[in-house]
Amino acid sequence: MTVAENMPVRVGTREFYRVRSGAPFIIGLCLLSSVYLVLIVALLLADLSFTTQSNFLGALRSVEIRYGIRLSLITCSITALLSLWIAVPIGYLMSRHCFRGKTFVDAVLDIPIVLPPLVIGLSLLILFRTPAGRFIERFIPMTYAVPGIILAQWMVACAFAVRTMRTTFDQISPRQEQVALTLGCSRSQAFWQIVLPQARRGIVAAGTLAWARALGEFGPILIFCGATRLRTEVMPTSVFLELSVGNIEAAVAVSLLMVLAAVAVLLLVRTFGQTVVN
Amino acid sequence: MIALENVTVRAGAFSLSGISLAIPKGCYGVLMGRTACGKTTILETLCGLKPARAGRILLDGRDATRLKAAERGIGYVPQDGALFSTMTVRRHLGFALEIRQAPPETIRARVAELAALLGIEGILDRKPAGLSGGEQQRVALGRALCARPSILCLDEPLGCLDEDTHQEVCELLRRVCREVGVTTLHVTHSRREAEMLADCLFRVENGAVTRVAS
Repeated sequence: MTVAENMPVRVGTREFYRVRSGAPFIIGLCLLSSVYLVLIVALLLADLSFTTQSNFLGALRSVEIRYGIRLSLITCSITALLSLWIAVPIGYLMSRHCFRGKTFVDAVLDIPIVLPPLVIGLSLLILFRTPAGRFIERFIPMTYAVPGIILAQWMVACAFAVRTMRTTFDQISPRQEQVALTLGCSRSQAFWQIVLPQARRGIVAAGTLAWARALGEFGPILIFCGATRLRTEVMPTSVFLELSVGNIEAAVAVSLLMVLAAVAVLLLVRTFGQTVVN
Repeated sequence: MIALENVTVRAGAFSLSGISLAIPKGCYGVLMGRTACGKTTILETLCGLKPARAGRILLDGRDATRLKAAERGIGYVPQDGALFSTMTVRRHLGFALEIRQAPPETIRARVAELAALLGIEGILDRKPAGLSGGEQQRVALGRALCARPSILCLDEPLGCLDEDTHQEVCELLRRVCREVGVTTLHVTHSRREAEMLADCLFRVENGAVTRVAS
């Protein structure tokens, strides 16, 4: 008789088999997670406690800072639209088509995400010193000019929009497009009538993400467009310039404005992004 | 009629060659086979969603081997229905005519006709998210029949249905295909379905399609 045959067959009965409580595991997870969350909230509270309402309003009355806010809002909005213009076709192509060199193209699309921001700014500066770059600058001034701010923001923001759009299209079944093709649609009709309406929440998520990325962009703008007051000054540049002259209250006030904008945009992305996943 | 003559189909590394089958006009053909034996690949090649690597595809006597999916005049119902999540049932039933830019009154009349045929008049303004499995399959069938195709391809359309709904949709398929007079190719792995529906039965086995005696 084997050992197994000698054992009582009572596995699974209440008096012999008990599962340990999951509470310690959950408590451990919560403790670890809370360390990071507390740090983020502490950062925001510290910023809030550093400034007063009068400091905040005083910063908002500054002509330079108001110019920076206005320029940020305009350039970020243009960047978000341009990012979508490119991200939708790239995301769709990468999601639906297999081609030679796709892995390479995929890696190239991620370069702006992994490159240090300063390197992107420097590379843009060098690019516009080449004959091709100089030719473009004859029509649209880029270096140390407002269009250059949009280009610098777009280089990074577009990469994030492309990722979001690719995920969005990956989640839409290609079967529906195939059915549309059998119903008489051309490829473009299937895209416009079937795929794009389903991707609209992903498009909003990609646009808001690109907008938020563009708002926080500083390194490439500083290198490529400089930090000239009332000319190439966006909100991160304002923070930098106020800090460099020791006006910390104004720097914190602009930072808080950026935090508010970022929170609003992130809430939008979460809301729309969650619906895309669902 | 549907005729495949020595067709070679491929999906990734998988391929089947020398496939031949013929379904006479107005008949209900059932293609049976085990999971992953290539049934769906054959159906998708017939619909023009995958290219035929060799051989000929004849639809109602016309060589359709190089035609695009939109030009073949085939109604296609995939396993999960693949309904368009942003459209109402009404728009599904008129979509093929809408694409062909038919007049609104023609589309309205066709939608009403299909809704009555399939018994879905009550759900015309609903979207796919709230529909039961049986309702979704009815809508998918109506959408496929909208432009009056002469051929209907069904890819395991009853696979996701419970026992009662399965029986109900099975009877509906038989009745609708008879009434409309469409030549049908129905892919399934269920012998019961095949016995209930088939006028002519085919089996995919060991890389070949053979006709099974009725």
